[in-house]
Amino acid sequence: MHNIKPETGGFFPRDRNWHPKAYTPDYKTSVVRSPQKALISFPNTVGEITGPMFGHDLLGELDDDLIYNYAKPGESAIGERIIVYGKVLDERGRGIPGVLVEFWQANAAGRYRHRNEGYLAPLDPNFGGCGRTISGEDGSYRFRTVKPGPYPWPNGVNDWRPSHIHFSIFGTGFAQRLITQMYFEGDPLIWQCPIVRTINDEAAIKQLTAALDMANTIPMDARAYKFDIVLRGRRSTLFENRMEGN
Amino acid sequence: MVQDLGLLKESASQTAGPYVHIGTAPNFLGTTGVYPEDLGISMVNDKTRGERITITGRIIDGTGTPLRDALIEIWQADSGGLYNSPTETRGAADPNFTGWGRTPCDFTTGVFTFETVKPGATPYPDRRMQAPHVTFWIVARGINLGLNTRMYFPDEEKANAEDPVLKRIEHQNRVPTLIAKKDGSTYTFDIHLQGDNETIFFDI
Ligand SMILES: [Fe+3]
Repeated sequence: MHNIKPETGGFFPRDRNWHPKAYTPDYKTSVVRSPQKALISFPNTVGEITGPMFGHDLLGELDDDLIYNYAKPGESAIGERIIVYGKVLDERGRGIPGVLVEFWQANAAGRYRHRNEGYLAPLDPNFGGCGRTISGEDGSYRFRTVKPGPYPWPNGVNDWRPSHIHFSIFGTGFAQRLITQMYFEGDPLIWQCPIVRTINDEAAIKQLTAALDMANTIPMDARAYKFDIVLRGRRSTLFENRMEGN
Repeated sequence: MVQDLGLLKESASQTAGPYVHIGTAPNFLGTTGVYPEDLGISMVNDKTRGERITITGRIIDGTGTPLRDALIEIWQADSGGLYNSPTETRGAADPNFTGWGRTPCDFTTGVFTFETVKPGATPYPDRRMQAPHVTFWIVARGINLGLNTRMYFPDEEKANAEDPVLKRIEHQNRVPTLIAKKDGSTYTFDIHLQGDNETIFFDI
């Protein structure tokens, strides 16, 4: 698959002011689910530096096509057809090959296929809402889907989630494990959303907002949105630490 | 002015939300036909080396209520202390052990369960040995950034006492929050998000 020996250095520390804090009372559920004591730090050990990897043989033919992977033969999911594409990069800007990217979303009406979902918008019988792919040699990935609708959720009396796709990304080390959400350029709901606003830094929110890319649309078929994902970078060991006497 | 280091920022985390099952455990949810099986449901097979164990528990919020919409992943060494990963440089791990498990909590009880093997000891960066442990990663609605913790074994008292991570914890009276309870081959590890018994979480 790829012949370059993987890097095995420890990771850059997480910037916990860039990420949302645990306790964010405007997102009410966080109040009783946020640890209140300080996190304990320790240097990366082998268990943080290593992580599970998944082979391409895992993937089914339609895993990266949400328009068809749950549809009955000859049918397809309803909604605005889009391609989402981009790269999985590390903080040094290098593509990370061979990593599993999973995604899930509501249908075009904003309704999830889930037993606990209560929104009155209709289910699409041809839309399951999940997909996955593995990044290529240069870290690139892509999938096809329909644009998810915004939906209301019980938090304030009138809180609506902007259109979004949930992403779960594996790196090459377990300390890179990340779940996040992709938003869509131009959505006025982004800046009103209590979940988006758990993030304090405007630049971090923009980084989660995919750009409409008319240069990569498929004419008469689907528009494209570009969404790069950045995982923690590894320290390169310019000089090794050596124990005394070694 | 100075030169730009050219570094990017890690993508900010967002909560996994209440419907994390759709993307990570669709068969558990009842959405069948997309993936043959959910990833991470089997860590072992008939040929896996080591002592078979069950790890079970619940995640409990600040009101004492178990989370019923959380997803847990675990990552651990094999019985010989090696990780099944391309970034493991110390040798080849047991090919019949994945080291990685993933499960949602039960929709009614909040209980999670993993069938695995007891891990071997692994080194700390300074080459002291760490006691056998299992790394946990927890995501759910209301959790903005995945929580990391470790489960240690109550029957490894001596190794635990020497463990470099446990030793650096200032408030030693919190260490028991990381140690499972043993009953036969079952280890129970309840994780408390808040309160007097708040589990120790790590910034790794
Ligand atoms: Fe959502």
